[in-house]
Amino acid sequence: MSDMKQTPLFALHQELGGKMVPFAGYSMPVQYPLGVKKEHEHTRRACGLFDVSHMGQVTVTGPTPAKAMETLVTADVVGLQKGGQRYALFTNGEGGILDDLMIVNQGDSLYVVVNAACKDQDLALMRTGLGADHDVEILDRGLLALQGPDATAVMRRLCPAACDLVFMQHDRFEIMGHETWISRSGYTGEDGFEISVPSGAAEALARWFVDQPEVEPIGLGARDSLRLEAGLCLYGHDLDTTTTPVEASLSWAVGKPRRVGGEREAGFPGADRVLHQLQARDHRRRRVGLLGEGRAPVREGVELFDVNDRMVGQVTSGSFGPSVGAPVAMAYVAVEVAEKGATLYADVRGKRLPMVISPMPFVPANYYRG
Amino acid sequence: MSDIPNNLLYTDSHEWVLDNGDGTVTVGITDHAQDALGDVVFVELPEPGRELDAGDEFGVIESVKAASDLYSPLAGEIVEVNESLEDAPETINDSPYGDGWILKLQLTDQGDLESLISAEAYRELVAAEEDQDD
Repeated sequence: MSDMKQTPLFALHQELGGKMVPFAGYSMPVQYPLGVKKEHEHTRRACGLFDVSHMGQVTVTGPTPAKAMETLVTADVVGLQKGGQRYALFTNGEGGILDDLMIVNQGDSLYVVVNAACKDQDLALMRTGLGADHDVEILDRGLLALQGPDATAVMRRLCPAACDLVFMQHDRFEIMGHETWISRSGYTGEDGFEISVPSGAAEALARWFVDQPEVEPIGLGARDSLRLEAGLCLYGHDLDTTTTPVEASLSWAVGKPRRVGGEREAGFPGADRVLHQLQARDHRRRRVGLLGEGRAPVREGVELFDVNDRMVGQVTSGSFGPSVGAPVAMAYVAVEVAEKGATLYADVRGKRLPMVISPMPFVPANYYRG
Repeated sequence: MSDIPNNLLYTDSHEWVLDNGDGTVTVGITDHAQDALGDVVFVELPEPGRELDAGDEFGVIESVKAASDLYSPLAGEIVEVNESLEDAPETINDSPYGDGWILKLQLTDQGDLESLISAEAYRELVAAEEDQDD
């Protein structure tokens, strides 16, 4: 793994007994000695610390960064208030999803967080797409996520002012003498914070967090089962370039002003197709949640059949949901069968396991909305 | 370092075998195997009465990470399966050599036990695998 990139927390992961695996070009901890299931349960019950420094952190500056960004993404960026954070999708000319991302309006600039695996592509896209008068800077910062019902109590000891943020709000704070950017958000369905810190200060901050009695370090394994139970997509699995926002059941990520009749209608790549699908509803498949019975996990790639043995879809993410206590999955299925409460049959090693199309999230979201 | 009791026999596919002394054996997966799998969430067990050859696939064990096939270390008839694993598959993690046993076989030929490897040989095999991981 010598050619793998390392985050600023690499040494700490090893010290904490993290089992390191290659992920998106980085050596990352898939689990710690606690194990995936207990890490998952600990995050839902108390508080977990995640290293997400492999993700791409970028600032966009220039005369009109929000307006420029809207030429690349589906979201309403111009309408995003200072200190607000919003989920967005980069699309291609056919309306396929190139990546999903978070955009923050920092007042003087946009702060953008993209997926590790898409970092180079997204950077190139922004550098060419935003025009020469906008500057796209990749930041030398670590990113930590503190997630779970005890996250606020922990944060209150370190930076009480950050606890005034509500879900999807962001601000800059000084912690341990470093400029720290904190968002009230995450990828687990729990309340919590995403904390961007200069790379050189990341380890000291992470050590402070894991020294708190409520906090356990959490690896990629539990991160995946937590986000799946929360109904959150993983790019490259649940989303890809062949999937439009409408097919992905992410129509809400297409901002109102960007829709037909909106103030800034269309204007993003593939808008023709996406806006047509939004109105005509003539897409053929869509993303749904599936809840199984028993204990057998239904994993990515498993084919789904209707009661007449017709293949109607395929699982894109799936595992046993430790907090749900049942197999949970996301799948793309033909729209004519995509009705809540309908039963489909997953082909697992030749057995047909019934799964019910279920609303997501699979566990109640625990976001702090003030 | 994983636990490898001296009173058991082993396979290179990480099953253990306990000779019950009455023509039957108890079979499970080793501590090393459960550790490599991670948290077990599901075990697909075979029906008692089924005849197995050595090397036959008899079930599947699924962890939070992946699914792995289970192979019979010896030829014989399944006389009992550990049904408690259906509700508590994590027992395999907690007690791989005890309550996490998987099935009992009535051996076709007691002499087949000689095809298995000793604790000492299995210890060397695990050490070699763990070296590769580093």
